[in-house]
Amino acid sequence: MMVKTLKLPEMITEEKLKDLYKEMWLIRYFDEKVDQFFAKGMIHGTTHLCVGQEASAAGSIAVIGRKDKIVSTHRGHGHCISKEGDINKMMAELFGRETGYCKGKGGSMHIADVEKGNLGANGIVGGGLPLAVGAALTSKMKKEDYVVLCFFGDGASNEGSFHESVNLAAIWDLPVIFICENNQYGMSGPVKEMTRVENIADRASSYGIPGKVVDGLDMIEIMNSVHEAVEHARDGKGPTLIEMKTYRWKGHSKSDAKKYRTREEEKEWREKDGIKRFKETLIEASILTEETAKQLQDQAYEEIEEAVKFAENSPEPSLDSLLEDVYA
Amino acid sequence: MTTRQITYLEAVREAMSLEMRENNDVFILGEDIGVYGGAFGVTRGMIEEFGPERVRNTPISEAAIAGAAIGSALTGMRPILELQFSDFITIAMDQMVNQAAKTRYMFGGKGKVPMVLRTPAGSGTGAAAQHSQSLEAWMAHIPGLKVVQPSTAYDVKGLLKAAIDDDNPVIFYEHKLLYRTTDDVPEESYKIELGKADIKREGTDVTIVATAIMVHKALEAASELEKEGISVEVVDPRTIVPLDKETIINSVKKTGRLIVVHEAVQRGGFGGEIVSVVAESEAFDYLDAPIKRLGGKAVPIPYNPTLEKAAIPQVPDIIEAVRETVKNK
Repeated sequence: MMVKTLKLPEMITEEKLKDLYKEMWLIRYFDEKVDQFFAKGMIHGTTHLCVGQEASAAGSIAVIGRKDKIVSTHRGHGHCISKEGDINKMMAELFGRETGYCKGKGGSMHIADVEKGNLGANGIVGGGLPLAVGAALTSKMKKEDYVVLCFFGDGASNEGSFHESVNLAAIWDLPVIFICENNQYGMSGPVKEMTRVENIADRASSYGIPGKVVDGLDMIEIMNSVHEAVEHARDGKGPTLIEMKTYRWKGHSKSDAKKYRTREEEKEWREKDGIKRFKETLIEASILTEETAKQLQDQAYEEIEEAVKFAENSPEPSLDSLLEDVYA
Repeated sequence: MTTRQITYLEAVREAMSLEMRENNDVFILGEDIGVYGGAFGVTRGMIEEFGPERVRNTPISEAAIAGAAIGSALTGMRPILELQFSDFITIAMDQMVNQAAKTRYMFGGKGKVPMVLRTPAGSGTGAAAQHSQSLEAWMAHIPGLKVVQPSTAYDVKGLLKAAIDDDNPVIFYEHKLLYRTTDDVPEESYKIELGKADIKREGTDVTIVATAIMVHKALEAASELEKEGISVEVVDPRTIVPLDKETIINSVKKTGRLIVVHEAVQRGGFGGEIVSVVAESEAFDYLDAPIKRLGGKAVPIPYNPTLEKAAIPQVPDIIEAVRETVKNK
C-alpha cells in the first residue's frame, strides 16, 4: 500500500517504513552492544560507532535496489545493516570468529559483503571514494545500470582522494552518489576549524555537479534527496554530492574523553534524535502507534541478543587459515 | 609459431591489444594514453582501434585512477592502469598498498582485484631524481601484490598476458631503456607463468641473478669474462613476487658462487632477499666464495649523465665483482 500522507519515493511503502524504523533500532542496539563489549574488554581492537547517525545509513540505502552498491567507511556498521547485512555475521566478525563476514580477519573496519553489493568498510579516511568511482565505472562500461552510494565523513572531504574522485566521476558522468555524513568532527577536529566553506556540499560547484545539504536526522528528507540523486545518476547525468548534517553520540573510537566538545552540545543533538523524529512522523501519518513502535524496537533488541549468542557460540578461526586468501 | 623481431615497447602494446580483442572486460586507463599515445608511446594507435571507452584518458589523479582500477576490478572488469613513471606510484600508494593488496584477505577471501599496474621504471634518461627510481622492493614487501620485471620483448609479451589473466593486483615494471630493444617474438598470444625464472645464459663458475636492465649488463659482462675463461650463468627471475627460488638455488648449487645485481638502491633492495633465500637454503653448503651484491648507490638519481651512470651498477662493476668472486677458484 502506498503512503498517502507523506511525500516519498514510490518504492517506499508503509511496510518499508516500518522495516526502516526497526532497522534504525537494529543499528543503534548493535552499536550500543558493541560499545558495552568494548568497555568490558570482551572484544578487542577498535571500533567506530554510528549511534546517532542511523538515519543517514537507513534512509539513503532505503531508496536503492538490490543490484545497487555501497562503499562504506570506518564508521560503517549502519551501512552494512541497511544493505541487507547479516547481523549475526557482523557480530561474529567483531568477536573475531570464523563465522564472521571476514572469517575473523577483518574486524570492524573491514566488514564487506561483495555479493550483496557492500564493497566494504574502510580503515583509511577517504580510501573508499576512488573505489566507488571504479565500481560505478563498471556499471557504465558493462551497462549493468546499478548506482553506487559512496559514504564518507567530513574528515574525508579534506583528503586529496575526495577531490580526485569527485572530479573523475563528474567528467565521466558516472552513476555514483557521494554522501558526506558530516557528524561535525574528524576524530577531535571540528569541521568549522578544518574546513572554510560553510557546507561541504558547496564544494560540488567546483566539480560542476549538483550539491545538496540535507538534515541528516530527517529520514523523509534523506530518502527524497538520495532518490532524486539516484534518478539523476540512472539517467546518465552523473554524480551528486549530498551532505547530511548529523552527529555521532559516542566518541571517535574507544577511549575518547571527548574533551573537544561540550556535554551541552551533545545534549542538544541527542534531543534531535533521528529515530525519535522518524517515530513521531510515522505516528502522525498513522503508520505506527506507540504500541507497534515499541514492538518493532523490542524485536530489534531481541535480534541483536540473538546475534550476540551466535557470535559467542561461534568457533575461533583455525591457525591453518592464517595464510589463506592473501592471493586469489 | 611465426616469430619476428619487435621491440619491447611493441610487445607491451601487442600483449594488451590481443587481450583487449579477446575480452571486453579488459581496458586501459591512464594519463595521456589517448591520442598522445602515452608518455613513452606505448599505447600509440590503441585509442584508434578500441575507442575512448576502453582506452580511457584520465586526469592527473593517480590516487583516483588507481582506486578506479581497483573498484572496477572488484566489480568484474580487468583493468590495466598505466602510470607514466613508476615514481608516481608514491601518489597512488594508499590505493595499491592499503586497498588493492589487502581487499581479498580483509574480506575473508571474498572479492578479487584482477588488475595490472604497468609503469616504466629505472634511470638512464636524464630525468633525474623524481622520474628515475626503481622501487620494486617496496611493492614486493606487500603481501597481496605480485611484482613482474621483464627484461626482453619475448618475456614482456608472455608475462603481460599472465598478469592480465591473473586474479590479483600485479605491478608490471617496464624499463625505459629497454623499450627500444628488440627480440624474436611470436605473433600469437602466449603466456609465461608468473614465478618462473629464466636462465638467460648457462655457465659453470658463477651465478649472476640479475633483474630488468641488469640482465643485459650481466650478459655483456659474461661475454667479456668468457674471454678470460670464466663461465657465467645469468638467471633472470622475471618476477620477484612470486620468486622462483628453486631455479636460483639450483644454479648456485651448480656454480658455487653468487652475485646479485639490480638497479634499485642496494640498501633494503630485493637483492638482499635473494641472497637470504640462498643463504638459508641447501645451496649454502655449496658456496665457495662470499656472496656479492651490486645495487644502486644510496643517493637520489642525479641529472648529470656521468653521475647518473655512476649511481647504478655498470658492466665493468659486474666484471670486477665476478673476478673477485672467482679469484680463489
